[in-house]
Amino acid sequence: MSDTQWTVYEVFHQQARGEPHVHVGSVHAPDAESGLILAKEQFGRRQACVNMWVVRADAITASAYADADIFQHGTDKSYREAFGYETTRRAREIGDSQEI
Amino acid sequence: MVQFTPQPHDKPDDPGYEERLVAFEARVARGDKVEPGDWMPLDYRKQLIRLIQVHANSEICGALPEGAWIPHAPSLQRKLALVAKVQDEVGHAQLLYRAAETLGKPREELIQELIDGKAKFSNVFHYPAETWADVCVIAWLIDAAAIVNQTMMAEGSYGPYSRALKRICYEEAFHLTHGYDMCITLATGTKMQRDMLQDAVSRWWKPIMMFHGPSDKESKHTVQLMRWRIKLKTNDEQRQIFLKKYVPKMFNLGLKVPEEWDLRLDEETGKWLYNEPDWAEFISVVRGNGPVSEQRLRTRRLAHEHGLWVREALEAAAGGRPVPMPTAQRNRVAVEN
Repeated sequence: MSDTQWTVYEVFHQQARGEPHVHVGSVHAPDAESGLILAKEQFGRRQACVNMWVVRADAITASAYADADIFQHGTDKSYREAFGYETTRRAREIGDSQEI
Repeated sequence: MVQFTPQPHDKPDDPGYEERLVAFEARVARGDKVEPGDWMPLDYRKQLIRLIQVHANSEICGALPEGAWIPHAPSLQRKLALVAKVQDEVGHAQLLYRAAETLGKPREELIQELIDGKAKFSNVFHYPAETWADVCVIAWLIDAAAIVNQTMMAEGSYGPYSRALKRICYEEAFHLTHGYDMCITLATGTKMQRDMLQDAVSRWWKPIMMFHGPSDKESKHTVQLMRWRIKLKTNDEQRQIFLKKYVPKMFNLGLKVPEEWDLRLDEETGKWLYNEPDWAEFISVVRGNGPVSEQRLRTRRLAHEHGLWVREALEAAAGGRPVPMPTAQRNRVAVEN
């Protein structure tokens, strides 16, 4: 019996040209080329797909979920967002009723 | 294919070019997006590299006058927002250099050409930001003009540029809101604040009117760029969109456009009429003859030199070598508005 515990390839597919490639799952494959064939069979059967990437799973460096707090802001960062300002209200008050 | 791959027969005299071009243009006309591994005319690639490079350079050069004003922001709130904006703009340049790279021009080359003064950047950043009101006008009106351009370009035919622009536009929405917020504060403030804002608008109106590029009568690239859906609107169309939305807001704030522009609304067509800018001056400015062109590049070079220790440290750490420490000299910050 042959061993099919091959390298894991993570699969990314693109639904239409111009769209970003999105991670959809992974496959085991002896090399990248057969990984692509397997990925096509596994993930390209239903949803629209115009382009697919396979990337060796061990080539990915991931952050740890235990460290999720590194993405938390220590302080309120709403000043970085349009919604952090009451500009629309201020504009209305001075007679600007259009989109700001 | 994620990276650029050389494509055969991409020049007009090459065998089979015509058939490929017809198929390419038909695809683009359908609204289909072009991705890095696709066949594309060499000229399409070159035009895109040129535009994306100028765009990226403009993000960097736009951050220079704003960065210089960070220590002088009038409140902690404004300072935080300005720091965030500068960080966004420099990040936009990184996204754009990556998009340009998918067309076959390496990032190092793109960065070096700006430093060497061989690549262009937006006309507006060749002018000095003299007062805090200039920072407000840049953040409101120049970002507004840029958003008109970028939301249009985001629908363009080249996938990687389009994706980068969608992300950029999201962040620009914060810049625009904050810019308007700052202008409302000055316009509803003391006489000194109102005068300062009017003075900034008066000085910036010329570069703003020139921002979208030469009039359609003079723009040599427009027809081709529109056929390839790199651009979806002409320079004059973009300028009208900008004027239509923002001139009423300016008037509402009590701001005036300098009289020599004779800016007026044609009630019948809904178009704004104005005295045509001096396009020869525009071309001279973007070629590096603007009031602070040299100063911008000097600051950019200094910033690049100051960042050298970071690049060296990253490489040393990745190679398992001892990480050099920055010297006090290298840490010195350049501030020119």
